[in-house]
Amino acid sequence: MTLKLIYKILVENWPMFLRGAGMTLYISIISTILGSIIGLIVGVIRTIPMPERGFKKVVLKIVNGILSAYIEFFRGTPMMVQAMVIYYGSAEAFGISIDKYLAAIFIVSINTGAYMSEIVRGGIVSIDKGQFEAAHALGMNHVKTMTNVVMPQVIRNILPATGNEFVINIKDTSVLNVISVSELYFVTKSIAGNSFIFYPPFFIACILYFVMTFTVTRILRLFERKIDGPENFDLTGNQMQVARPEDIIRKKRAEGIGHPY
Amino acid sequence: MEKLIEIKHLSKTFGTNEVLKDIGFTVNKGEVVCIIGSSGSGKSTLLRCVNLLEKPSGGQIIYKGENILDDKHDIYAYRTKLGMVFQQFNLFNNFNVLGNCTVGQIKVLKRSREEAEEVAMKYLKVVGMDQYINAKPRQLSGGQKQRVAIARALSMEPDVMLFDEPTSALDPEMVGEVLKVMRELAESGLTMLIVTHEMGFAKDVADRVVFMDQGVIVEEGSPEQVLNNPVQERTREFLSRTLNQ
Repeated sequence: MTLKLIYKILVENWPMFLRGAGMTLYISIISTILGSIIGLIVGVIRTIPMPERGFKKVVLKIVNGILSAYIEFFRGTPMMVQAMVIYYGSAEAFGISIDKYLAAIFIVSINTGAYMSEIVRGGIVSIDKGQFEAAHALGMNHVKTMTNVVMPQVIRNILPATGNEFVINIKDTSVLNVISVSELYFVTKSIAGNSFIFYPPFFIACILYFVMTFTVTRILRLFERKIDGPENFDLTGNQMQVARPEDIIRKKRAEGIGHPY
Repeated sequence: MEKLIEIKHLSKTFGTNEVLKDIGFTVNKGEVVCIIGSSGSGKSTLLRCVNLLEKPSGGQIIYKGENILDDKHDIYAYRTKLGMVFQQFNLFNNFNVLGNCTVGQIKVLKRSREEAEEVAMKYLKVVGMDQYINAKPRQLSGGQKQRVAIARALSMEPDVMLFDEPTSALDPEMVGEVLKVMRELAESGLTMLIVTHEMGFAKDVADRVVFMDQGVIVEEGSPEQVLNNPVQERTREFLSRTLNQ
């Protein structure tokens, strides 16, 4: 009975579900990427070593203060409330009407940015001081040290946390229904409202959410493995004068000759 | 003899802790200078002050006639002239062996990739690690890492090599392979400043031995003189402690 109902809902509304899921993915992918970029920039700025004196120190202190306020504010308030404040606030208080999709991406991005900048800062702090020193000893300045040595390691190390953020974004875009962004939750709610059938549409939405998050985590895991490179390495140079029998066999097989003996 | 690095009245304090007091010594071109002394005597700090990984609190470091502690001086260009080898190797974890030896050449010295790889291979052969160019640091043993670290520093073709206790973090059986490489480098006429606990090595390789204790240079001279016939009481105490172990 219920299975039939789920099937019926699915058959009748699959384009809407798909469009909703597509919107959810679209907002969360773009926001995760933008948020990660914000996080990287903010995290790097917050770990610049404080100069001992002078104008630069004052500027850096002010910038750090603003960035801390940004992080604390967006981490400390619910995204749903921020969405209301930013979307309706911009229209009612300042008379600027922004596109709700733009507002959605903006809100999720700066939220992700606030979390990511702390993740990035943690990543930078956890890099061994020796890596910085070795880079400095080769004559690299702060920017070269960061771009060539530190950040590649940081990005590798924060990938799992970034995956977390991505998954959270896929799920949390559902709160954007308060500003009527037609993402998966909003679409499901409309379907349920139109048909007066509640649990089957949400069950389908549930599965769709899971499929999206699971796919994303798997893809990121593959990406991590790719960055790590192979577990083993090959010695170079011809210290091996004679090819081993198994190499000969493999070579012949690859050439399609079959077993050589 | 050409003076390469001249250190005058160098001091370093961490808070109220005076680690180096009025240090003065000279490294001439082609010379191998070993700095010995007990832990906490300031040897490593001195070496780290020479390439400004620690900012000296006072004094002068004169390199080829110029005081590099002047505000105007380009410390990044200066550091490329000094090759540094660390106790903890500090190979870049995000590069393989070849990448470790080329990144500095490409990004700092602006060499082309082909040239950098050629130079890197030359020095990796010197340290006997040329077969391992595809390995990541985590796949190497301590001794191998340290030999790559030496090749990385040599690839910048520095005027002086600084060694900060290069064998202290190694298993006893790996110390030999690193010391062998360093011995060959010393014989090739490279200028080297070495902080070490290997007395035998210092005796064989050094042109001059500097003994430090509690932030000051107590005694300085040929290895024969400092290690066999020390004048100062403190040097004698230190040597009897280390040699009688």
